[in-house]
Amino acid sequence: MRQLPIIFKREFSSFFATPLAYVFLLIFLVLSSVFTFYLGGFYESGQANLNPFFNFHPWLYLFLVPALAMRMWAEERKSGTIELLMTLPITRFESVVGKFLAAWVFAGIALLLTFPMVLTVNYLGDPDNGAILTGYVGSWLLAGAYLSVGSCMSALAKNQVIAFILTVSVCFVFVVSGFPLVLDAFNGWAPQWLLDAVASFSFLTRFQAISKGVIDARDLLYFLSFIAAWLMATAVMIDLKKAE
Amino acid sequence: MIKVTHLTKRFVQKVAVDDLSFTIEPGEVVGFLGPNGAGKSTTMKMLTGFLPPCEGKVSICGFDIGKQTLQAQRQIGYLPEGAPCYGDMTVAEFLHFIGQIRGYRGQELKQRIARAIALVELQQVVEQTIDTLSKGFKRRVGLAQAVLHDPKVLILDEPTDGLDPNQKHQVRKLIKSLAVNRIVIISTHILEEVSALCTRAMVISHGRLLVDETPYELQSRSRYHQAVTILAEQPVDRSLLQALPGVAGIEDNPLDGSITVLAEAGQVIFPVVNQLIHAQGWQVRELEVERGRLDEVFRSLTRGDAA
Repeated sequence: MRQLPIIFKREFSSFFATPLAYVFLLIFLVLSSVFTFYLGGFYESGQANLNPFFNFHPWLYLFLVPALAMRMWAEERKSGTIELLMTLPITRFESVVGKFLAAWVFAGIALLLTFPMVLTVNYLGDPDNGAILTGYVGSWLLAGAYLSVGSCMSALAKNQVIAFILTVSVCFVFVVSGFPLVLDAFNGWAPQWLLDAVASFSFLTRFQAISKGVIDARDLLYFLSFIAAWLMATAVMIDLKKAE
Repeated sequence: MIKVTHLTKRFVQKVAVDDLSFTIEPGEVVGFLGPNGAGKSTTMKMLTGFLPPCEGKVSICGFDIGKQTLQAQRQIGYLPEGAPCYGDMTVAEFLHFIGQIRGYRGQELKQRIARAIALVELQQVVEQTIDTLSKGFKRRVGLAQAVLHDPKVLILDEPTDGLDPNQKHQVRKLIKSLAVNRIVIISTHILEEVSALCTRAMVISHGRLLVDETPYELQSRSRYHQAVTILAEQPVDRSLLQALPGVAGIEDNPLDGSITVLAEAGQVIFPVVNQLIHAQGWQVRELEVERGRLDEVFRSLTRGDAA
């Protein structure tokens, strides 16, 4: 565990070594505002809450977060530094979790930089700040879930573009699995438990529940175990694929 | 001490390393020799714990690399093939990172980094991003990283590959200076390197250990071992040379017009050849005894392995 902060630090600062971090922050902030004000109808709704802001996060993350995660392991494999990293005296846990946390904290910073949104809504009205806080927590957990999938896909594919596409696809499945579109396809023939299982895997239902202001232990557990499972899959992938 | 027993690695299409067993003691500089794809790198990857073997065991200073991976890895400094480094970091940042991972903090960390930088002469590029460095400097960064913790075992995969002659010379000098009381394993397909650096040569081909002996012994397998090359002013009487005891044959070197007198196995023919030259009064411009040609030994050992 002693080496985890060192891996974290290196990984975190590597975001800022390239323009990637700044481009990501810029796009995230611009798009999240565009979505909130234009597509979300923030003013038109006439309500002092951040629902128009949070509602778009699952879709915004769908393309932005995989871009953040795609280089995590693919880059190491491509440049051969994975051989260096894996022969240093660190555990697999330290390297996988250290890298993941670096990306997750970075996503958290991007999220915190949207604070003007909170100021705006507080200036305009009298919002439920507790619900805004849980919205942020939910959004951050959601980003973590996307990142954990991205981490695994990045370990699977040597090519970053392929890692990106795979991550988007897998995350998309988890987003839409709560949609009527998907559930209707199961409706009528599948047993109820399967329907419930598919719906309960959805990011969307979990995320919406949290961002309404209620942090249910089950939703929290869902996201955390989801992340843990994908990180374990990452470790397995690395061992399978590192030699190629 | 490194102890390797029945090490085997199979990939889907082929057997990369086939039942390798050897022991290396401190103070030895071992050269892995072999054609490309012979299994040298795969062996090193298993020694350093990067790849798990399919069968067999590797013990590094008493630690089993499969079971006590971290303890074993602490004993090893490793330069992977091509010397991969994090290109977005500066040399100082990179060595700082490696030093911290190796468990050093504060003053000791600073001292270790300074020492490694001095050892491989990186002073002038310390603040440069690794991506902007020349190949030679990158290689040296890789070496600095490998020696930072003063490891008991140094494993270097093609440390001089792609360097210019001056850089090669420098890296060899460095390896020689590091070899005292350590185990150094290098892989190479540059044969001169083996006789210049190593105390022991292992020829690996198709994943098997073909030969394990000193570079001198390896050279003496050559049919040119103890051969005498004569560059004379005027044509000499070959029949006289041929008749000398221990002479196996005579070869022409059309390039410079010299002739090479080959010795029979185990025979030393220089004294008799020299006597003959004096007795006949031949005007000889150059006279050279050969130890053997490694490239020729290498080819005959690994023939048909062209990958």
